[in-house]
Amino acid sequence: MSQNGSWYIVSALVENKPGVLFRITNLFRARNFNIDSITVGITEQPDLSRMTITTKSDEKTLDQLVKQLRKLIDVVEVKVLDTDKSVFRELALIKMKAVDPTTRSEIMNYASVFRGNIIDIGKETMTVEITGTPDKIDAFKSLVEQYGITQLARTGVSALPRGAEL
Amino acid sequence: MTGAKALIHALEKEGVDVVFGLPGGANLPIYDALVGANLRHVLVRHEQSAAHMADGYARIKRKAGVCFATSGPGATNIVTGLATAYADSSPVVAVTGQVPLAMIGKDAFQETDIIGISNPCTKYAFQPRTAVEIPETVKKAFYISESGRPGPVLVDIPKDVQQATADMHFPDLIKVRGYNPTTDADMSEIGRAVELLLKAERPIIMAGGGVILSGAFPELQALAELMMIPVVTTFKGKGAFPENHPLAMGPIGMHGHAEANKIILEADCILAVGARFSDRSVGRFDEFGKGMSIIHMDIDPAEIGKNKSVDVAIVGDVKSSLRTLVKWLSKKITKRDAEDPWLRRRKELIQYYQETIKDYPREITAKKSIKKLRELLPANAIATTEVGQCQMWASLHFDVITPGTFFSSTGLGTMGFGFPASIGAKAARPQVPVVDIAGDGSFNMTENSLAVSVLEKLPVIVFLMNNYMLGMVAQWQRTFYNRRYSGVHQHRCPDYVKIAEAYGAQGIRAQSMAELENAIKTALKSDVATVIDIPIDPDEDVYPFVAPGSSLKDMITGA
Repeated sequence: MSQNGSWYIVSALVENKPGVLFRITNLFRARNFNIDSITVGITEQPDLSRMTITTKSDEKTLDQLVKQLRKLIDVVEVKVLDTDKSVFRELALIKMKAVDPTTRSEIMNYASVFRGNIIDIGKETMTVEITGTPDKIDAFKSLVEQYGITQLARTGVSALPRGAEL
Repeated sequence: MTGAKALIHALEKEGVDVVFGLPGGANLPIYDALVGANLRHVLVRHEQSAAHMADGYARIKRKAGVCFATSGPGATNIVTGLATAYADSSPVVAVTGQVPLAMIGKDAFQETDIIGISNPCTKYAFQPRTAVEIPETVKKAFYISESGRPGPVLVDIPKDVQQATADMHFPDLIKVRGYNPTTDADMSEIGRAVELLLKAERPIIMAGGGVILSGAFPELQALAELMMIPVVTTFKGKGAFPENHPLAMGPIGMHGHAEANKIILEADCILAVGARFSDRSVGRFDEFGKGMSIIHMDIDPAEIGKNKSVDVAIVGDVKSSLRTLVKWLSKKITKRDAEDPWLRRRKELIQYYQETIKDYPREITAKKSIKKLRELLPANAIATTEVGQCQMWASLHFDVITPGTFFSSTGLGTMGFGFPASIGAKAARPQVPVVDIAGDGSFNMTENSLAVSVLEKLPVIVFLMNNYMLGMVAQWQRTFYNRRYSGVHQHRCPDYVKIAEAYGAQGIRAQSMAELENAIKTALKSDVATVIDIPIDPDEDVYPFVAPGSSLKDMITGA
């Protein structure tokens, strides 16, 4: 709906059963909500999944997104996480052209500064695994763009509130 | 017990007394289980009508109506009915047959992904994968459909699940983890509403469909009479308040009453009860309610702030919220008298528009016909409508006297809804006359339900204002496309009297007001359905008119 506004992390506990992801993404499509990323995975309770949604949105649209999500029968709980009081991480795999030794050692240096790992080296490529906030991944990406990124995969953000907060 | 038998038993346990449906390959076991069951099956001629009948039944009975359809085309045919019920928050439980489990995803004969298709127009859709789940699934389906903000729920049962046997347990209570509808309102918000209402000089009540859904008629009337303030409704809320009441002003909106559209703009505080600020009712969201305080009561938290930001939001069942509000206000309020300038303004506006809006100059017109119908019908008769000009004329000229006796496809605007829905309403309340205020265009779409009305002895009156035109489209083409007509002429086809007679119903053509009066009297005495064919002038427009995308203040009165 809106391209402006702030960046929000919405965390939802949903029933772990077939069709739930469809219902949620269909809601976003039907109501014209734009999302940046969505991740789903099992939780400490086997019958619940946690869904983390990130969206750039104005407050009014965010309010509707949360309320419409809550309305879904399969959605048990929805929270907007306070980014200052939450931990959130994303994983990216970045494959780059790396033929000559200088490039290879530069990439290894950058990866080490960003606490990434080299997880694959081929004759002409290197693949780096990097974990962090989306900003950190963006920063690393722009740093290595000069070598030629041949493939890139990002997981989207997973998040939890800090400390004892639920 | 088989899954199919468990389904029927679960429906009986829910108190279902009638099911509207049509059998096919994938629901044969369900139809077999119906033999000897303690509920009535009404065989329809098209599944869309089954869903509309269930909807009409639900709106009058205020509990879920049930329809059956087979897989594939049977299931897709009910989708329009589900979308209609969804848009108007009507509780419908639809049970569809599905191809056997092992065939799902194989593009089998008459297979369709009805769970996927129905998703945006149902509150929830179930597909039990074992027979033993069926009793609990049915219980959940009714609970979800009828509670909170009501809506349609689909239960899609694969054929082999209908046939499988299991030891069945029928639960009396059910919990759905992710579903906890709000019922009781937040008291502090009611306190703030009281403050705003007491401070206001020109407060107004805008009653929506939520008042009808929760049956909050006495509470609404008590509030209006306590505060002595005017009551407008949305079109969905038409009949939430008796329209012959001295505080009533009728519906607002695109084809609302002129005085209602005018007075709501002059108010300084709007109490919206069970209304959702649809574009059709309020025109432009940004212009509506400018400079006024708005209090919004609704059972659905997602309606708060969706179309309109408000000053106070009271989430809960409007019946209980209104009751609390009346209790709190009655301690503090001083009653307005009839000389209060705000009430004087109400009278002034009604009188002004009565004098300004001219009648269409013909012996027989839509307005005169509907006024005559109202005059001859008992106060407790049920009226529904088709969609188009007929619907808007009904909104303007048919005063609902007993609250909750009028409904229409107001949200989705489904042509062909009124006739089957009136049959459903008749099944829900057989002792009162039921009328479908119709136009020829809409009636064409589901007129084969005449067979159902006649054979099932559910006689209704089709009040057919016939201009052999898709009249509302023609009116828009007159207004916005320089009278360039495109695709609107019905060319005097068919003969509706003969259509009625072909089905064993009664057909009467009324070409004068005297003939119309006789026809209505004859229809009221008839024990079969009656189609009253009333030829009207194809140039008769519906006024007032607020053009789409404009604000209520830009209303055209046609004067």
